[in-house]
Amino acid sequence: MATRVIAIQDPKTGEGTEAVYEHPFVVRLCHWVNTASLFVLAGSGLQIFRAFPSFGAKIPQKDLLHWPKALALGGWLGGALQWHLTFIWIYLATGLFYIGYQVFSGNFKQVLFVGRDIPAVWPMVRHYFFFGPKPAAREAYNALQKCVYTSAVALGVLSVLTGFAVWKPVQFSWLAWLMGGFHWARLWHFLIMWALLGFVFGHLVMVLLHGWNNFVSMLTGWKKDPEYRLD
Amino acid sequence: MGSRTDSRRFKSIGRRELLKLTPVVALGTFAIPKLQAPLLKAGLSFSDWVSTKFFRSGHLAPTFANSEVTPFSRFPINDYDVDDPEVDLERWTLTVSGAVRKPGDYTLAQIQALPKITQNTRHVCVEGWDVIGRFGGARLADFLQTIGADPAARFVSFECADHYYESLDRATAVHPQTLLCYEMYDQPLTREHGAPLRLQIPTQIGYKQAKYLTHLKVSHVLDKLGYWEDQGYSWFYDL
Repeated sequence: MATRVIAIQDPKTGEGTEAVYEHPFVVRLCHWVNTASLFVLAGSGLQIFRAFPSFGAKIPQKDLLHWPKALALGGWLGGALQWHLTFIWIYLATGLFYIGYQVFSGNFKQVLFVGRDIPAVWPMVRHYFFFGPKPAAREAYNALQKCVYTSAVALGVLSVLTGFAVWKPVQFSWLAWLMGGFHWARLWHFLIMWALLGFVFGHLVMVLLHGWNNFVSMLTGWKKDPEYRLD
Repeated sequence: MGSRTDSRRFKSIGRRELLKLTPVVALGTFAIPKLQAPLLKAGLSFSDWVSTKFFRSGHLAPTFANSEVTPFSRFPINDYDVDDPEVDLERWTLTVSGAVRKPGDYTLAQIQALPKITQNTRHVCVEGWDVIGRFGGARLADFLQTIGADPAARFVSFECADHYYESLDRATAVHPQTLLCYEMYDQPLTREHGAPLRLQIPTQIGYKQAKYLTHLKVSHVLDKLGYWEDQGYSWFYDL
């Protein structure tokens, strides 16, 4: 995969910088459509959950938590189901398009977490959480980022599979069976949503800490003044 | 690789790339109050259409051993109105109309004369809970044959004593596990569970399983869907 690099020169001051084309159009498009879908699905999912906020029996019913209506989408169960059943297709199509693009373009190599990335994860964790030295950046994503982003895609796939097991436990009875039955499928679906929301939270914190250039690169594709060198 | 440019031209490249993302703004149409309802309705229709593609008429819902059945006392009673619409069980009949050769009033004895099916299946509520129940009754398919239903008719719809109403597509109606149910847990239906006759459809969501049936109509078109469906729930909600 050819990575494009541009050398930029300010015509007034003559200062030179560099920019790298990090995110192809398809990746950026999928990123933002998926962001919207994820929030709609989580919001409507929580409204659906409000109809039976438990993972046990109906009689006697032991509620797990009362999720506030203000933080849910759809207003009532039927409304939430409409949002959920509309956006699941946008979410699924975006996910398939993204994965398909990454595989066929070869762009997946930039982000896929593989075995040889494992040793580099701990130094990054030490840097972020335990004031360790900053490892040198060699490519767009460090090992920890690859690990987290690859996990997020895996969680996305699991969110769809668990969702289908809950929605169609008869037609996809094998899926429900794989997840330990209908009750477990519903619980997995719920936990995976929280894992994805946890990812989003961490992702937002990192974007806020690491600045504007990363955010802009997900909009325009180009990252100015990259920390790493390509040659 | 490695071309050069000046910073002004670089900014215009960035702007052009940003503009390419404008399709994302199309999702904002869901936030426009006037468009939201029709868009969500279209989404739900699409979802129901996909559901019809997933449905396999020969595929059976899982059945369970007697030991796995939820005790009768813990089988929830869900109504939209009253627990007991005070059906006169002595004089009750099921009134059959529409695209059938033998319309008229059918007694419970006539329905019970059909081969009896008993099955332990999962009842899934749209709210998210489920129970495994034991149900007994006649196949709706057998009854449709008895009344001489037009095999080309696409829908079977029901009216209930509590003014609830429901409708089924033909494939669901003739599914071998779809019952005109008159027994739960080997006892005649209790009033709260829909005496004397209810629908029991293991391949469909709970609200399709109408209780206190009074009318059955076979038709080529539907003038209304169902009590909940007409308020915005899925019509084809197979499990």
